[in-house]
Amino acid sequence: MTGRSAGTGVPAPRRGAPGRAARHLALLLGGAVFVLWAVATLTFFAIRLIPGDPAQAILGGPGSQASQEALDQVRRDYGLDQPLVVQYLAMLGRLVTGDLGTSYSLKVPVAELLGAQIGGTLLLAMCSLATAWVLALGLSLWSTGRGRVASALGQGIELVAAALPHFWLAAVLIAVFSTGLGWFPPVATGTPAGFVLPVTTLAIPLAGFLAQVMRESLLDAMRQPFVVSARARGESALGIRFRHTIRHAALPGISLSGWALGWLLSGAVVVETIFAMPGLGRTLLQAVTLRDIPVVTGVVLLVALVYVVMTVLTDLVARVADPRLAQEGAR
Amino acid sequence: MTANGADAVLELEELRVAFGHEEVVRGVSLTIAPGECVAIVGESGSGKSVTARSLLGMAGEGARVEAERLRIAGRDLRGAGEREWRRVRGRQAGLVLQDALVALDPLRPVGREIGDALRIHDRMPRGARRTRTLEVLADVGMPDPAAAVNRRSGELSGGLRQRALLASALVLDPPLLIADEPTTALDATVQARVLELLAEISGRGTAVLLISHDLAVVARLADRVLVMREGRVVEQGTVDEVLGAPSEPYTRALIAAVPAEVPRGALLSSEGSPVIAHPERVPIAPRAVSRGESADVPLLAFDGVVKTFPNRGGGRFTAVEEVSLAVHAGETVGLVGESGSGKTTLARLALALTTPDRGVVTLEGEPWSELGERERRPRRRRIGAIYQDALSSFDPRWNVGRILADAAGGQAANDAGARHPSRANTARRVAELLDQVGLAGGVAVREPLTLSGGQRQRVAIARALAAAPEILVCDEPVSALDVTIQAQILDLLDELQRERGLAMLFISHDLGVVRHMADRVAVMQAGRIVETGPAERVFAAPGHPYTARLVADAPRLAR
Repeated sequence: MTGRSAGTGVPAPRRGAPGRAARHLALLLGGAVFVLWAVATLTFFAIRLIPGDPAQAILGGPGSQASQEALDQVRRDYGLDQPLVVQYLAMLGRLVTGDLGTSYSLKVPVAELLGAQIGGTLLLAMCSLATAWVLALGLSLWSTGRGRVASALGQGIELVAAALPHFWLAAVLIAVFSTGLGWFPPVATGTPAGFVLPVTTLAIPLAGFLAQVMRESLLDAMRQPFVVSARARGESALGIRFRHTIRHAALPGISLSGWALGWLLSGAVVVETIFAMPGLGRTLLQAVTLRDIPVVTGVVLLVALVYVVMTVLTDLVARVADPRLAQEGAR
Repeated sequence: MTANGADAVLELEELRVAFGHEEVVRGVSLTIAPGECVAIVGESGSGKSVTARSLLGMAGEGARVEAERLRIAGRDLRGAGEREWRRVRGRQAGLVLQDALVALDPLRPVGREIGDALRIHDRMPRGARRTRTLEVLADVGMPDPAAAVNRRSGELSGGLRQRALLASALVLDPPLLIADEPTTALDATVQARVLELLAEISGRGTAVLLISHDLAVVARLADRVLVMREGRVVEQGTVDEVLGAPSEPYTRALIAAVPAEVPRGALLSSEGSPVIAHPERVPIAPRAVSRGESADVPLLAFDGVVKTFPNRGGGRFTAVEEVSLAVHAGETVGLVGESGSGKTTLARLALALTTPDRGVVTLEGEPWSELGERERRPRRRRIGAIYQDALSSFDPRWNVGRILADAAGGQAANDAGARHPSRANTARRVAELLDQVGLAGGVAVREPLTLSGGQRQRVAIARALAAAPEILVCDEPVSALDVTIQAQILDLLDELQRERGLAMLFISHDLGVVRHMADRVAVMQAGRIVETGPAERVFAAPGHPYTARLVADAPRLAR
């Protein structure tokens, strides 16, 4: 089809590919800032709903029996005696300058605290995501185009895997591979061996989800005429999978990976606690228990940030894997 | 047939293919010599495509293939395993499918798709593959091969990607080329160029097996023709013999069903239209067609209509440019043009599914495009629509009865003078509608998915008629149908028009169909109507060079 621009009027300036990409990026960044602001605001107000006095928490919790003078002093120091709106604006102001505040319980800057924990959790999440991808691709490749039994078996495995709760799976894995067989330690030891069970716990349910999606698009791709063309030029079944259909199958998996990482981070709260691993999840759990508002806010913001970054990344990867997307987006 | 068996590229005797207990190919014999083009024609389900795929060992999962003789380039392939077949595919025989948009991997550059056969069969290094790919692309007439290799099928025009697909089948220079409906997805002009290319390939000494439902395409390209029906070859011979003097009734029916050059109003389907079978039926909602007094007020009129859409570059793409066109009561106006010429946009404007940027559309002399949807809705029943893909225009969970009852709702109530139609009234109306389009009453309980293509299109017509409209907009209503089914649907539309004085805006890329159906024709090119006039005059003596080119490129049957 040949493009015809409107015959009458001044032709609009043609925006080139770089211009389009820049606009797309600006839109993404704007969206990211909006999401972070919304998360900060929601967290700020939601946390006020937790019963308890922040000043008490700062002085060591309800059991500390702090004097009224000490509580008043703390309220003044932390600005807790100010109206809520003022506190909210002050928090936004601090966030803009990158200051996440100081932990109530540990009395160290939140940024420092999270900086020390984020690495371990991200490593856990990334390893789990990669493992889930390998499992999902393997399972969907194995169970398609191999007859009904394999297909039914594959679907069954996917369904069960996707439905497994982390705490139960962790318990079973520890019972079998740690207590029973003694292959892996039951708690994270900081060694690669200690990493296996936590990663597996997180990866299996996610692999179930991903495999369901990938199988669907793999089957769809295998019905396409280009597969007939490829076979008709002598391509082997394996060649068709690796040169053609696997790429089509991976597309929805890539789009889902942004969501998957967020899901893994929430799963990390459970898994880090069960396997006694240091990390964001455990930090968050402790902070909530101790009503350590700055730390909770910090963790939630950080997770939101990771989520946003990951979504942008998967969007870009999807565009590379499926060039048609970049064209459609431009229309 | 046995005489030239020795040096024939393809020798096939008594091919039988069965899926389970159902035999779909029942003894097909066929020989093709180098440089010869043999065509298999037949309708969907006749077994022609399965025959073609069997020649590559790709009859399908669970197929049982037997033959007394199956040789390609001298190699006996009866009982060949997958490994042996893989050496044949691409090397001894290439396959070209219908639509290169999906027949080439949409995620890979066409250069890689073309080079694949070289990698698979010859383990050729990258550089040599590229050289040969550019060479074969130049052979199939690709304008700029060096640029084309990096494009994906979606980035090339229909004609160019079909050339790329041909290149991918020809890159190893196989002695046999199997072309399964190779031009069905293309516009007449592009189709003509691709057919010329296929003739050239055949002229270079490649044996070509052409599978097609289109007799005009076959007439243009093939040396010999086999007519298949229900898995058997019912007639074969040279093109002149089979198309010029067919001996089998089935072949005659196929040829008679081609609408090109059959005068307006003449029956196409040989069994006679089902509507004719009920001559005593009293028409529902009879309407006096007051041709005399209102002939000067058109039912549907476009006046200086312009419609633009934003395009990629940030400018505007003009789909319809200054179109003025009128459709009067009882008249069929045919609209022809290549894909992208703005035909469908015009149909959407007529149905007020989109509004013009400038100009107005009027219905029965009253404003139409300028109305708000609230005022428009009560008048929507006056204009009906039929599309190419009937199935996707139905709610897949509704059965036929519900589809028609839904469309007839208001009308059935009007008949009874009630606000809501009674159940009995609706059922009666549905039965009437089915009868009118020649479907049995039992179809009402069927799901559209279980109907044949022709039946679905009949249901679509019944739905369009349900609200007793005065004008029908038909957008490629028969393009997805086999030629004999197409003939029945065209006869049905013709009959309904005569009976109820319906006006029609009839859109098709097929000049033969339009010539048969239309009283007047409008020719669209790049959003403009370049020529209008009585159908006979426009086709016999085109007044615009574009029309002349369309007419010249349209494949036709020499009768």
